[in-house]
Amino acid sequence: MTQTPILLVLLLALTSAAYYFGCKRAFRVADGHIRRLHSLPGYYGLYVALWAALPALLVLGVWLAMQGSVITRMVVASLPDAIQQLGPDRLNLVVNDIRNLVSGNIVSSDPDAAMLAAAEYYRSLMSISRNALFVVVLVVAGLGGWIGYSKIRVNHRARNGVESIISWLLVACSTVAILTTVGIVLSVLFESMRFFKSVPITEFLFGLEWSPQIALRADQAGSSGAFGAVPLFAGTLLITLIAMTVAVPIGLMSAIYLSEYASAHVRAIAKPLLEVLAGIPTVVYGFFAALTVAPFIRDSGSMLGLDVASESALAAGLVMGMMIIPFVSSLSDDVINAVPQSLREGAYGMGATSSETIRRVIFPAALPGIVGAILLAVSRAIGETMIVVMAAGLASNLTANPLEAVTTVTVQIVTLLVGDQEFDSPKTLAAFALGLVLFLVTLALNFVALYIVRKYREQYD
Amino acid sequence: MTNSTHAQPDSVSSFARIQAGMARRRAAEQRFKMLGRIAVGIGLLFLIVLLGSIVSKGYTAFWQTQMRIDVMLSADEIDPEGTRKAETLRKADYSSLIKQSMREMFPDVSGRRDRFALYGLVSNGAAFDLRDRVMADPSLIGTKVSLWVPADDDVDMLMKGHIDRDAAEGDRRIKDNALGWIEKLEADGRLEMRFNVDFFTKGDSRDPELAGIRGALMGTIFTLMVTLALSFPLGVAAAVYLEEFAPKNKWTDLIEVNINNLAAVPSIVFGLLGLAVFINVFELPRSAPLLGGLVLTLMTLPTIIIASRAALKSVPPSIRDAALGIGASPMQATLFHVIPLALPGMLTGTIIGMAQALGETAPLLMIGMVAFIADVPQGVFDPSTALPVQIYLWADSPERAYVERTSAAIMVLLAFLALMNLVAVLLRKRFERRW
Amino acid sequence: MSPQGQAMAFKLDGDAAARQPATVGRDVRETVGEVRVNDPRIRCTDINVHYGEKHAIKNISLDVGKGEVLAMIGPSGCGKSTFLRCLNRMNDTVRDCRVTGEILLDGEDINGRHIDVVPLRARVAMVFQKPNPFPKSIYENVAFGPRIHGLCESKSDMDVIVESSLRKANLWDEVKDRLDDVGTGLSGGQQQRLCIARAIAIEPEVILMDEPCSALDPISTAKVEQLIEELRQQYSIVIVTHSMQQAARVSQRTAYFHMGDLIEVSETDRLFIKPRHQLTEDYITGRFG
Repeated sequence: MTQTPILLVLLLALTSAAYYFGCKRAFRVADGHIRRLHSLPGYYGLYVALWAALPALLVLGVWLAMQGSVITRMVVASLPDAIQQLGPDRLNLVVNDIRNLVSGNIVSSDPDAAMLAAAEYYRSLMSISRNALFVVVLVVAGLGGWIGYSKIRVNHRARNGVESIISWLLVACSTVAILTTVGIVLSVLFESMRFFKSVPITEFLFGLEWSPQIALRADQAGSSGAFGAVPLFAGTLLITLIAMTVAVPIGLMSAIYLSEYASAHVRAIAKPLLEVLAGIPTVVYGFFAALTVAPFIRDSGSMLGLDVASESALAAGLVMGMMIIPFVSSLSDDVINAVPQSLREGAYGMGATSSETIRRVIFPAALPGIVGAILLAVSRAIGETMIVVMAAGLASNLTANPLEAVTTVTVQIVTLLVGDQEFDSPKTLAAFALGLVLFLVTLALNFVALYIVRKYREQYD
Repeated sequence: MTNSTHAQPDSVSSFARIQAGMARRRAAEQRFKMLGRIAVGIGLLFLIVLLGSIVSKGYTAFWQTQMRIDVMLSADEIDPEGTRKAETLRKADYSSLIKQSMREMFPDVSGRRDRFALYGLVSNGAAFDLRDRVMADPSLIGTKVSLWVPADDDVDMLMKGHIDRDAAEGDRRIKDNALGWIEKLEADGRLEMRFNVDFFTKGDSRDPELAGIRGALMGTIFTLMVTLALSFPLGVAAAVYLEEFAPKNKWTDLIEVNINNLAAVPSIVFGLLGLAVFINVFELPRSAPLLGGLVLTLMTLPTIIIASRAALKSVPPSIRDAALGIGASPMQATLFHVIPLALPGMLTGTIIGMAQALGETAPLLMIGMVAFIADVPQGVFDPSTALPVQIYLWADSPERAYVERTSAAIMVLLAFLALMNLVAVLLRKRFERRW
Repeated sequence: MSPQGQAMAFKLDGDAAARQPATVGRDVRETVGEVRVNDPRIRCTDINVHYGEKHAIKNISLDVGKGEVLAMIGPSGCGKSTFLRCLNRMNDTVRDCRVTGEILLDGEDINGRHIDVVPLRARVAMVFQKPNPFPKSIYENVAFGPRIHGLCESKSDMDVIVESSLRKANLWDEVKDRLDDVGTGLSGGQQQRLCIARAIAIEPEVILMDEPCSALDPISTAKVEQLIEELRQQYSIVIVTHSMQQAARVSQRTAYFHMGDLIEVSETDRLFIKPRHQLTEDYITGRFG
């Protein structure tokens, strides 16, 4: 992989050369009279350069992306049949060992001859691939440059060519967002389907018991672990509810205070300070929740004679609510400011006090927008990971008591996937099924929320 | 008109009624206003408590207790053959030299267990410091050197007051005999708080007194470099297309809705994408900043696209018309006139996206940037962690000394975030333009 | 259109030579005419308004009589709306706006320290340029004022107030079958009359109208003007208008503002026929404005 930068530099040099020769040729075909050309000479250079660079880069990218899996497949195919008959997870281990041998790391078992041969084969394939890549990329670049070069005529519309290439590039970039969504959907869907083959979807969605660890121990029995996700959904909802109970009143009231009451001076200070809360990374909140808030709640609970778990839902929810305050308040602020000034004046002009104006005119008028903002905040709370990973529990617990420990969907995804995994155990695949649920729920919330907010804005535009 | 009382001018009595209700309404107004004040107050209080607790826990990590030891660098121990080869010098047993010097300081300590406790006062890293010292200057061999080495984290915690000297011996990590030695060392001027250089220059370690953030910081820098290199051009290009060239149709509507939704997808889902696609399909190296950068690119892209579109939208159409009016092609008008004017806004959006990526942890956990890695990564293919992940790892460690290090790492992270946001604000101020 | 209005309109369109030339020169900034009336509802003395650095209203004194319609005219930006908003302290809601001088409502200074704007605005209600019904039902729009001010105890009282206010605003027959529809669904003219109904539901003494017809079509305008004529029996009305014809049709007295100065006040007939100030004459003869 270390040669890639060298290759890129060579490609850059080649592209610059293509630019130079393109310009020169443009001058030549026009006999030095630039005005006879369709486009400025620079465009001819650019045209040739793009022809040289783009196909080569495309080949490079595809090659680098595919080389790993192709080589692995070839190496696996070369292994003795006995090894190939192994189950997919054992085979994965073998492949890992081979890779470790190649890079000179410690391997889990003593390498036998077959492994050494495979490693040697792997290494040779790598070097072949590397050299071939070098040659192929440079040849493609040269070829592309030559095609571009040979197209230059006096009447050739180089600018239009360059522009259409650029606009295709722009289109390609804008589809990355679509590809991302497709990638997310396909990856979680595909792995979830595999999960639902071993665990029925009804059991997953409605089962009341979640203990994926058992499955690992009783491996032979297949999926004997319990994969009922209801306790996770309940835990997620409980923490989200606590967070919303903190964030919505505080966020909304501070938005109202800052936009309707506060002097310009107070607002100029308080608003950015509140927004700092939104900029603090979630891992910091997690640390704060686990080391400051949770012990505090536990201690004050025991002083009141309450039995509070050290990883209580209350601590995680409270801190999550803190994090979401600025989110709610800045969204509500936008929404409140979108209410036309004329409505405020109408109410003031009849002798309504500020609070009457806000409660009876502005709030009802802004309600749809505020609901949209709250839905977005809920989606944010459901998907929040680090706070709950650090401050909420791991054991599933179906309870509505905020003083007990609960676990959430995101906590389980992290627990199931961090560390080494075999990709075929239901335990790992369960994480993707949870991911699918998470994605669909937040997607639905966002979709509805954004729709409501957009409709609301159109009403006052 | 009806004959109701209302139809008659009755303003005196209605005015009297309004006056009568005023006390109640004024009180309601005050209550409402007070609620607003309380809400803002609670928000600010949260911020103060959060930052206060982190600073108060973490500021001590920037100092580290160092111990002065006098070590006899006997040639017999280090280099019995006198070759002074680097290989020999590297492999010598420096920790036994340090143990020896500790024994010399406390000659009356005897017994296996007590000696072990005595050796434990000085950090495991001391031997490496000594080795580096000798390798840099082999002429020291045979002399007695005096050097400052990090003390063990328990000693450090004691010196910083996190271990209560007056607590019962059973509740203390430092036992009575060790406490006696430490007090003697203090009296001899052999213990001193010094600026914790290691914290900024070393990678992660299992020994808190040796653990530093350099590895995580480099990992973060490499990751963000990849993110920036990919997300800025991609984001700007996508924004330019959607804002300037895209026809209004179903497809562009889909892209638009899709981008807005992606901006609100939980970050952990991007981690799942990275795991399933980049690792399992494309077999990119696990735990590498390259992979982290790719995942964070996809995550920050919507932010950058949305900000860049807003920046493009704020360029008035008259600029485009002016360029088109003198015969520029739409592409030329966009590239040479609109984009330069929108660039500050795009950069601001990118910096904000980068700040978001800097603090992001969850997707990195998914793609394996969470292993214990002591080496400082040298490039985008080396396994590494990132600063927020380091914070997560340290926060999980049981040793008391990691708490202050976690807080200190958070302070460094927040300082970087503050810096980035400051740059964004200044950029916005500097180039703010009202049309 | 009232007969008086038609007569005025005729006079305005008549021969300029029939008028006597104005006698006060353009550079004179003292108010010409009768700023005071007997038994005023509102008496303003030496009003100055600053927006930050800008001196928007310069030393104006003016009375509003009981049962009269006072029209304020002048070129845009002359301060007529600003002055209107002083009368129920709507300028309080504008940041950096400073008002000095004395405004007496029934002999009491409304800028006084102990005065609460809430009951003040219940006595001096305001109708705005753009109809601004709340996004609630027609019924709730009218009931808003009485409800916040606690003017009625029972639902049946409220029904009576809503009905009589809508009747007074000549809107009852148009909306009586759909009181639960949202107010924003009415036509522009109906919306503006709804806003007037909303204002009179709280039984104010003075109604301030800031160009109430500028967003309306001619037929709606005629209806609102007729309404103003009827309301004059009960309330004092101050109306800002950019239309001289409208001022001539609905008002008894007219004040002409020019760049923050009150140039001339007199009975409407007299102001339009025999303006005493050169600037007034310039304006009403269409030389500018």
